[in-house]
Amino acid sequence: RWITCAVSVGNVGQLAIDLVISTLDMTKVGYFYTDCLVPMVGNNPYATGEENSLELSINAEVYSLPSKKLVVLQIRSPFIKNKYRPFCQTLLSWVKSSKCARVVLLSSSHAYQRDDEQLLGTPLRYLLTPDLEKAVGGLIKELNWKEMEKVAAYPGINDTEKVLHIPGGGITKMLFTESCSEGVQMAVLLKFCSEGDNIPDAFALVNYLNEWLQLIKSEVTSIALL
Amino acid sequence: MATFFGEVVVAPSRAGVDEEEEAREETPEDREIRRELEKKREIDVLWTLKSGASTESSADEPFVCSKFIVAIGHNAAAFLSSFILDSVCWEVVGVVRLWNEWCRTSNTTNVLPTDSFCLFYRLISDPTVLLCQCSCYVAEDQQFQWLEKVFGRMRKEDLQVTILSTCPVADYKTQESTLTLPSPFLKALKTKEFKEQVCCPLLEQPNIVQDLPAAVLSYCQVWQIPAVLYQCYTDVIKLDTVTIEAFKPLLSSKILKSLVKDVSESTKILKKLLTTNETHNNIYI
Repeated sequence: RWITCAVSVGNVGQLAIDLVISTLDMTKVGYFYTDCLVPMVGNNPYATGEENSLELSINAEVYSLPSKKLVVLQIRSPFIKNKYRPFCQTLLSWVKSSKCARVVLLSSSHAYQRDDEQLLGTPLRYLLTPDLEKAVGGLIKELNWKEMEKVAAYPGINDTEKVLHIPGGGITKMLFTESCSEGVQMAVLLKFCSEGDNIPDAFALVNYLNEWLQLIKSEVTSIALL
Repeated sequence: MATFFGEVVVAPSRAGVDEEEEAREETPEDREIRRELEKKREIDVLWTLKSGASTESSADEPFVCSKFIVAIGHNAAAFLSSFILDSVCWEVVGVVRLWNEWCRTSNTTNVLPTDSFCLFYRLISDPTVLLCQCSCYVAEDQQFQWLEKVFGRMRKEDLQVTILSTCPVADYKTQESTLTLPSPFLKALKTKEFKEQVCCPLLEQPNIVQDLPAAVLSYCQVWQIPAVLYQCYTDVIKLDTVTIEAFKPLLSSKILKSLVKDVSESTKILKKLLTTNETHNNIYI
């Protein structure tokens, strides 16, 4: 399994990935060397003490946890203009060549752009590509999750033509549509939120992910919710 | 988003992709314009290495490099000019030609300290020591090319990289009061393979470094090249003696120690560098 994030509103996906990496104490196994992201360097963000605080971190790094068959890609900087498309393509071809069975994309969307239907109930949504739907659709039904609603392409004029709309979601929509057409098994988990202190949003998104993947036991989840 | 005082402001989103950009398919005209722009923004590195054969024919062969010192920005470049570089011991071996919204370099190697340029020098007595002064702005989309074209020509075995750069002290994140910060001050970042002593404290989390210095250091981390970045936090962004002198502790480092030239000369050169700059300072409104 393979988890990554989209650089999206409030950096919720990235914060959630940080939470996953630090909670599961994952090890860094490599880098995603690309010309599509703005370069950045800094010292180890997951430092626990003097001894590991001086590891250099760069803009896109890969972490793994073999015991749970989990690989995580953390993206720490925004995209360079006009490089979204090449990035999505490189990412997907890498996913295919590395024989990852499934991909989970953690993301977020502008809360203020929700329509009437989306304002009701939970702020968490999911999306499955047709190939993943076949495999886990039943399981997701049991969880009682809400699928991301499609919105009218021409509101007020024609309400029958509906499209997928993820404002503030960065590359989420592009990556998801490409995955659908290329037969990649991908799930998108996202939360509606606003810019600000987005740490609580990240907790909510990881708990949501955990409901499905059971990465950690649920009592820990309830502590996190407190 | 509404602020505390009630006015509605548009919060800059970190989401990146512009809705319109995402939705709209690229037309053939757009593609043509984008391609032409990309062509114009391409970086050229012209090497004039005289490694036996003529320059053109040996263009593909990587050269041996043991020390590569990169100074990014006017102050770091001026530091090298005043304490390391001179025309007796060093020769120019390369020049970068680039074009972007902030900067266009010429391919002349005769430059003023106030010009924007990117030049490579080689130590005549030890041709494996390479130095780069890059005072021009390398745009985000050009940094990757810069790396590929510069490092592409070097053999990566036994290579050690030192990067000098400056950035505003306002970018420095700390819990302490910024009033007590002894600006300008140096902070270092190093790759995993760099095992030598670092001449200043290391950069603390959550501070980060961006742009070309970050690109060079990332490259070295990915390709396992020992490298260190000395970042000078300063409150003067222009060419300035205090900032230049903040790099002085590095002169005793293992890499630079053997390269330092006569210090009495340095002060003179430093003064000259700054007076060239001052001729443009007028006090008209």
